[in-house]
Amino acid sequence: MLSQTYTVIHPSGFHARPSKLFVQAATEFPCNVKLIKGTKKVNGKSSLGLLTLGLANGDEVTLEVDGEREEEALQALGAMLTKIYEE
Amino acid sequence: MANTITGVAASPGIALAKVFRFTNTPYIPQKQTIADAEAEAGRFRQAIEKSKGEIEEIRVKTEQRLGAQKAEIFEAHLFLLEDPDLVDSVLDKIADEQSSAEYALYEVTTAVVEMLLELDNEMVRERAADVKDVSGRLMSHLIGKPYASLSGISEETIILAEDLTPSDTAQLDLNYVRGFVTEVGSRTSHSAIMARSLEIPAIVGAGAASAAVADGVMVIMDATEGKVIVDPSEEVLAEYREKKKQYDERRVQLKRLAEQPSVTADGEHLELAANIGSIEDLGKVLENGADGVGLFRTEFLYMGRSSFPTEEEQFQIYKHVLEKLNGKRVVIRTLDIGGDKELPYLELPKESNPFLGLRALRLCLKREDLFRTQLRALLRASIFGKLNIMFPMIAVLSELREAKRILEEERAKLEQEGVQVSSAIEVGMMIEIPAAAIGADFFAKEVDFFSIGTNDLIQYTMAADRMNESVAYLYQPYHPSILRLVNMVIKAAERAGIWAGMCGEMAGDQTAIPLLLGMGLNEFSMSAGSILPARELIGHLSKQEWASLSEQALAMSTQEEVQQFVKQRRPI
Repeated sequence: MLSQTYTVIHPSGFHARPSKLFVQAATEFPCNVKLIKGTKKVNGKSSLGLLTLGLANGDEVTLEVDGEREEEALQALGAMLTKIYEE
Repeated sequence: MANTITGVAASPGIALAKVFRFTNTPYIPQKQTIADAEAEAGRFRQAIEKSKGEIEEIRVKTEQRLGAQKAEIFEAHLFLLEDPDLVDSVLDKIADEQSSAEYALYEVTTAVVEMLLELDNEMVRERAADVKDVSGRLMSHLIGKPYASLSGISEETIILAEDLTPSDTAQLDLNYVRGFVTEVGSRTSHSAIMARSLEIPAIVGAGAASAAVADGVMVIMDATEGKVIVDPSEEVLAEYREKKKQYDERRVQLKRLAEQPSVTADGEHLELAANIGSIEDLGKVLENGADGVGLFRTEFLYMGRSSFPTEEEQFQIYKHVLEKLNGKRVVIRTLDIGGDKELPYLELPKESNPFLGLRALRLCLKREDLFRTQLRALLRASIFGKLNIMFPMIAVLSELREAKRILEEERAKLEQEGVQVSSAIEVGMMIEIPAAAIGADFFAKEVDFFSIGTNDLIQYTMAADRMNESVAYLYQPYHPSILRLVNMVIKAAERAGIWAGMCGEMAGDQTAIPLLLGMGLNEFSMSAGSILPARELIGHLSKQEWASLSEQALAMSTQEEVQQFVKQRRPI
């Protein structure tokens, strides 16, 4: 299992478009993908899960990947968490 | 009997029409166990497939009507229909608890909606509407009733509803729907955003009072003020018909201006730029046809969080702004913190007079680490557009020189590291301390531009706290003493061959603009909403004429005289 913490910088928070793209990308990986904010841990392959995490601009979030191709997933998905998206 | 209901003006405009009451009460199923879990799961899957088909249809229509961006919300809805947290949870409940599909769906989505509504984040709370919209549609297929829709309206109406879902709003028939009023919601609700892109008036959060208005009653919506007049008299109706006509004409006129250059009647080109506080303001900047960003306050990057933003985070944000402005000038002000703007994690000692204390550049020169991080991020972003860097709160030359020295050091370091930095960055200073205004001639030799920050310049010149009501009368932007200072700065810039701008409230003020133009100000930076009226005004002004008129104003001795004078001479 690998994990790393990132800070969200998308101005309107990690919702609609960013979360859609994240879930799409996460679903491509065979490993488990979890996102953790504070005491809440959700399935990174679920847009509802991400939504309930309520990631706002400036929030810290920990990405946890476990299983096949976890290193690759950490790289790709981690970069998506700290990015500004076109809206 | 006429009465008035107030709410939040979510999309401006005026409408007059009869009420169409729209109700979409969610169906609440009874707890029920079923015998054949397999069949029940099949029923649920079928409902999903049917819903997908419908949403896809709405998505395609919305894309044709409003573009791919606005249609994206329905892609998100389709996504929800494949979400493991939704679909698998319902299927699990059906299998494990022998629950009916209706009840399982109800339980799962209610829990999700509740969780979302508890979050301390308006954006996310609003997304509960998406979950409700999708689950409402699924439910309608499970119980075999059509999902209530607004598509059947066939006469001019104003819709009154508790709330409108994204799919409701996307399907509004603009041939008949003149506007809508909802009991709940805020400016960031989907329905509000949608209304603004459809350009129809909308009032949200009107509360329970709007629930009492019956179907078919005549109402006037004044969504410029967030006001609904129920059952108005003929007289009031006539008044608002006229208001609506004027408003609509004005809107068309201003829209046309958004695509035009900022030119005076005698052919002088100016820059009318926008002040922004975060990158969320960029939409308005572009919408209003700004010639650039004249002030990007970077404080927001540092506020509402528990640690300093990293260089990489800042870089991403500056890059984003520069790219969005697509080659137009972007003036980014370095951190202006301290004073009344506190950062808990900075742990600054309390000061008895924070406005005269360790703030802005003064603080940055003390905390070089913070300053260098910001400068590196700016320098790295500089190749993505037309970056101007501005230092705030400079009183003496040594501060400016020190700031520039640090900037050059960081530039050299980056270049050594092989990082590309633009060679065309302009470096300027804000003029907000009277000492800097009076010494503008010697400062002008060492910067590429000035930007006059009138809010602070006035308060420091008048020695009057803007927030203190007892001395509020001293906040006099048109006072000849202020105008003379402003004039000194502009003239010093002119002599040194650099440009002079202004980024305080005054730059967008219709009384100040003619005088500032006459004095020779090159760039006016204001809130985005003031740009089009300002562009309209300068189109009627002759710079040459106002050059001599402003000289007359400078010779006056009270603010009232100046105001009176401009009012008489201004053409519109």
